[in-house]
Amino acid sequence: MVSHEDPAPVVRFLRVSRHFGEVRAVDDVSLDILDGEFFSMLGPSGSGKTTCLRLIAGFDRPTGGRIELHGSAADRLPPYERDVNTVFQDYALFPHMTVAENVAYGLMIRKVPPAERDRRAAEMLDLVRLPGVASRRPAQLSGGQRQRVALARALINRPSVLLLDEPLGALDLKLRQQMQIELKSIQERLGITFVYVTHDQEEALAMSDRLAVFHNGRIEQVGTPAEVYEKPATSFVAEFVGISNLLHGAAATSLTGSPVPFTIRPEKIRLVEADAATPEGVCSAAGTIREVVYLGMHTRYLVEIDGGTMLTVVEQNREATAVDVHAARGRPVRLAWSRAQNRPVGEGR
Amino acid sequence: MRRRPLSTFLFLRPRLTLALLLAPALLWLGVVYLGSLLSLVIQSFFHLDGFTGRVVRQFSLETWGDLLTPANLDIVVRTVTMAATVTVAAALLAFPLAYYMARYATPRIKAALALGVLLPLWSSYLVRVYSWKLILAREGVVSWFVEQARLTWLLDRLLALPVIGGPSLSVSSIGTFLAFLYVWLPYMILPIEAALERVPGSLLEASGDLGARPAQTFRRVTLPLAFPGVVAGSIFTFSLTLGDFIVPGALGNSSLFIGQAVLAHQGTAGNIPLAAAFTMIPMTIMAVYLALAKRLGAFDAL
Repeated sequence: MVSHEDPAPVVRFLRVSRHFGEVRAVDDVSLDILDGEFFSMLGPSGSGKTTCLRLIAGFDRPTGGRIELHGSAADRLPPYERDVNTVFQDYALFPHMTVAENVAYGLMIRKVPPAERDRRAAEMLDLVRLPGVASRRPAQLSGGQRQRVALARALINRPSVLLLDEPLGALDLKLRQQMQIELKSIQERLGITFVYVTHDQEEALAMSDRLAVFHNGRIEQVGTPAEVYEKPATSFVAEFVGISNLLHGAAATSLTGSPVPFTIRPEKIRLVEADAATPEGVCSAAGTIREVVYLGMHTRYLVEIDGGTMLTVVEQNREATAVDVHAARGRPVRLAWSRAQNRPVGEGR
Repeated sequence: MRRRPLSTFLFLRPRLTLALLLAPALLWLGVVYLGSLLSLVIQSFFHLDGFTGRVVRQFSLETWGDLLTPANLDIVVRTVTMAATVTVAAALLAFPLAYYMARYATPRIKAALALGVLLPLWSSYLVRVYSWKLILAREGVVSWFVEQARLTWLLDRLLALPVIGGPSLSVSSIGTFLAFLYVWLPYMILPIEAALERVPGSLLEASGDLGARPAQTFRRVTLPLAFPGVVAGSIFTFSLTLGDFIVPGALGNSSLFIGQAVLAHQGTAGNIPLAAAFTMIPMTIMAVYLALAKRLGAFDAL
């Protein structure tokens, strides 16, 4: 984006807190979400991501700090006056209305004439690829179809920000992957800012332009998927996003000569012959394969290196068969990886 | 392992087990309950011999002819009007409390409120009705409060109204209404609370999220979804008012309600056929009402 003056972020958190008594659901969070981006809030349950979403929607109000929408304070704005719509985790479709009435609800409330309502509801149902169900009740739809109705209903008011609260959580894997692609393409087509809450790191990496990793009510890191994965800022991020091996203390010193803790991704480590030489710029450690998990496409090895630290190593099964990899259990090996792949991390807050 | 021949015997014959379990209830409902209803219907087609005062056990429509006189229809209209008024007032009073209990109250407060709603049912209905007579009497506590507030003129004006007025609250239709409202209110609160409890909070949030102000959310989402509960509650308040003879006997002017008419005809007048025919009226009204309620989905909330 080339612009001389950065436009105000669509959503801005300025040192926002939401405490429930002693519980700090959201604790001193500052965050900018930019116009038109697909922004994910990633974190385990109870990390504060859903509370942040509810603060943006206006269902809840911060106990500290301030939230801005389009550059103006939104703390006292009720949900029905915000240019923001939500796709709920349980879809929250109105059971006493048809699909068409559900989708057109926002227009009905705004007193749009019935003819235009029907037309736009049909348009929305086409957009989410769900034609021909307009006169049915939500109870007659499958989970995937309800999900699409919820999406159509939230988009019909043409909000500037769409909030999605783990919308794919209840769907099975195949449907979830298909919906990920569709959601992304709808977002690109409409140019609406999506704020997407998920605990599924793969989903966040696959869909987001940027993502924020939440932990205990705070943000550990904000960045593009590549930044967060390749350069995790804290040990929590390293372990929550993908799998990481965390090395510290004596184990770190013996490998790098410094006690600064670092992480190394399992797929960056190679298994080499036990007596292989160690070239310059390569970290290397001797160890024994303790456990083998055959996963079809690849195999996960648990290797105990000298000193007792366990490291996870993932290798593609290019040549190896299941029989080969299982035979490797108990075998002495040497681990090798490029020193440049080490990511020094803080221990988190 | 110890053998349990009876358990095994029943386990292998689930239909027999079910029949044994259902038999007492079905016998009760079928013989005692429906049987006596049938007996009522049959007796309403007998009639009283004008000279001997004996019941003539022959089919005739004479009793039904006696029933459909202006004086009796007056009783029916009065009773149905009261039942409808009590029902509407109970729904209006119950809804906010039920809403608070279902949506806002902490479990502790909710338990306390539920107890408070049910507590009056622990004491005798008669005692409570007669307490209302004392409360509403001319020298009663209500009059005293009205006097302290210097509003006696307002109370007098209210009591001077035709039809609903009377010498004092305890001998007016207003008094009957208040006592009915008090005794049946719990039966309205609980079904509404149960219905509201089943409305997920996310539906109300979704409505607000899509631009609806709270009043619009109430009209478009909350009320339609809680309505079966209101109808379920109204079945109780309406039918209980329709058949009651204690409250209008203790409080109110001397004009009769259906329940009192039945009592008078089968007791002092000894006109069992007319009493039986009279009971058919609230039953018919309730049958129609229940058919309507079923259409409105009220039984999904029971």
